Amino acid sequence: MSAESMSSGYTPNARRTGIDTPNVGGSLLSVRDLSVTFGVRGQRKVRAVDAVSFEIRPGEHLGLVGESGSGKSVTALAIMGLLPRRAVTTDGEVVYNNENILRWSPQKASALRGRDIAMVFQDPMTSLNPVVPVGTQVGEIFQRHFRVNKAESRNRSGDLLAKVGIPDPKRRLKDYPHQLSGGMRQRMLIAMALACEPRLLIADEPTTALDVTIQAQILELLKELVADTGAALLMITHDLGVVAGLCDRVNVMYSGRIVESATRGALFAEPRHPYTGGLLESIPRLDSPRGAPLRPIPGSPTQVLPWAQGCAFAPRCRNVLDVCRESTPTLDDHGDRELRCHNPLSADEPAKAGSP
Amino acid sequence: MTTTLPASGNPQGFVAGPDEEKGLSLWKGAWHRLRRNPSAIAGALIVLAFVVIALAAPLLTQYEPGSAEWSGEVTPTTVPGPDGDHLLGLDRFGSDLYTQLLFGARQSLVYGVVSTAIGLTAGTLLGILAGGFGGWVDTVVMRLVDIMLSVPSLLLAVSIAAVLGQNAYAIMIAIGAAQVPIFARLLRGSMLSQSRSDYVLAANALGIRRPRIVFGHVLPNALGPTIVQATLNLATAIIEVAALSFLGLGESDPAIAEWGRMLVAAQDRFDAAPQLALLPGACIAITALGFTLFGEALREALDPRTRR
Repeated sequence: MSAESMSSGYTPNARRTGIDTPNVGGSLLSVRDLSVTFGVRGQRKVRAVDAVSFEIRPGEHLGLVGESGSGKSVTALAIMGLLPRRAVTTDGEVVYNNENILRWSPQKASALRGRDIAMVFQDPMTSLNPVVPVGTQVGEIFQRHFRVNKAESRNRSGDLLAKVGIPDPKRRLKDYPHQLSGGMRQRMLIAMALACEPRLLIADEPTTALDVTIQAQILELLKELVADTGAALLMITHDLGVVAGLCDRVNVMYSGRIVESATRGALFAEPRHPYTGGLLESIPRLDSPRGAPLRPIPGSPTQVLPWAQGCAFAPRCRNVLDVCRESTPTLDDHGDRELRCHNPLSADEPAKAGSP
Repeated sequence: MTTTLPASGNPQGFVAGPDEEKGLSLWKGAWHRLRRNPSAIAGALIVLAFVVIALAAPLLTQYEPGSAEWSGEVTPTTVPGPDGDHLLGLDRFGSDLYTQLLFGARQSLVYGVVSTAIGLTAGTLLGILAGGFGGWVDTVVMRLVDIMLSVPSLLLAVSIAAVLGQNAYAIMIAIGAAQVPIFARLLRGSMLSQSRSDYVLAANALGIRRPRIVFGHVLPNALGPTIVQATLNLATAIIEVAALSFLGLGESDPAIAEWGRMLVAAQDRFDAAPQLALLPGACIAITALGFTLFGEALREALDPRTRR
């Protein structure tokens, strides 16, 4: 969750015009104008998340996509209320059950975490306590949120481990994290996150640290369990391939702002933002001709224009116009999507990515 | 720890390597590494010998300590050396030197262990307070500890011993107090660094309460360096007991054998009987060396970087 790339200048952009799909059942969690600023007094402030708004409906799978430093992990931590209190300013609202949970007391917010909203982190190697048996770490979640005794929590832990496909779960409860492989640990962490059957699961690049062959298994497991419990999923990733297999809607973030937001079908069939297009083209595809080179996005995420001066992606964009360096694009409704771009890829430009 | 790439066709994605350390916790792993370390074995043997001698002192000698039974044989210029009755000869007061050394070990062990326990307990409490609560509690506790640290530890011990008077408890408290800042700072530092780790963030994300995180997650991870330091501090404590005795602030009862006071007594007879100074000095040095060797080996064994 690097935050190196944001400017201090900030102009509040237009409020979102609303989501194209009618909001029938109401949203489960609604993020409104969420901004996160890092900075110690006297130093240059860094805005890692810049007026981000989106909604997650019950059971929906939402993707949040972007490169390192785009602010996706910080967004997740802000929703969870896990950002450090010092030197971090969080503005905007995160509305859950008609209440802005950002303004809740730490005690109240802590009761919500793990129970209603849970999170799976990137690195299963470091997310488990090395000196505590895994059974204790799973069991204390039940003790915390359901106030069950130790024996009962051990029973439930065993059942839970069985559910995530850990063989011989009762014996595994006594194991220490270093006795488990990376895939097993991530299963364990997913089990812990889903222990209380939360209504929203935030998964922050849950497969990045894993071996490729394990990645598919873990994603499959995640998909299955989320479907079983009926939880909504906020999938944070830089990998559009993961999004293609998992998400209903996708928000693409760049430099702290959402630049394109669309359903999976629309986004993959016809990426309109040059950044989204670039991300899709940089994925190797089985159906591309042999030897065809991948087209990476030139430059690095640190080469940004402050949003206040124009479009942050302008220095790396192949569709860049003069206006991109002069005025800040707004997030506009384009019918099937919302798009923040002065010169989007045209609808008839051949989409290299095809449909998922 | 072995991470084996999963073989295809393994639906669980879990393969235990054949040489994977089965059932090894952090401490068990440390124990395995300790057993392979020669300096740990040397240190442990010295410490073991020291403890056995201290506990079994009355069984290893036929004489009473501090008896001054043969004071008639000591003249102003000569101290009888080793002979058939006295393995190492007499001391300048006419007691058996061998017996004095054995019982001196007992004194050193009691003083060392009790004063380190005092320092460890108080320092750990302060460290937990500072590292676990943070904020203004941390600031207050650490400023207090800084003040204690700004006084050289021996000087602090001397002042406390001087204030509390010349008795056994005063010496233990004095030496223990001098150790408090070391333990407090060490524990606070390692607790703070553990607090920033991923598993604490993950526990927070599961809604685990703060006291549970501090005592159940942060503390067990932070305790390793403190236990190592306690072993090393036993060596320091034994030296400081001797130093306080040497300065005349130690045990006042002449019937109790004490290595530091034996050094003082040996000073004016150094020409005639150097063994009176050399032997207790060697006892102090070897014992301190034993604890230091063992402590350093323990530090290495517990260091995650040396873990496979």
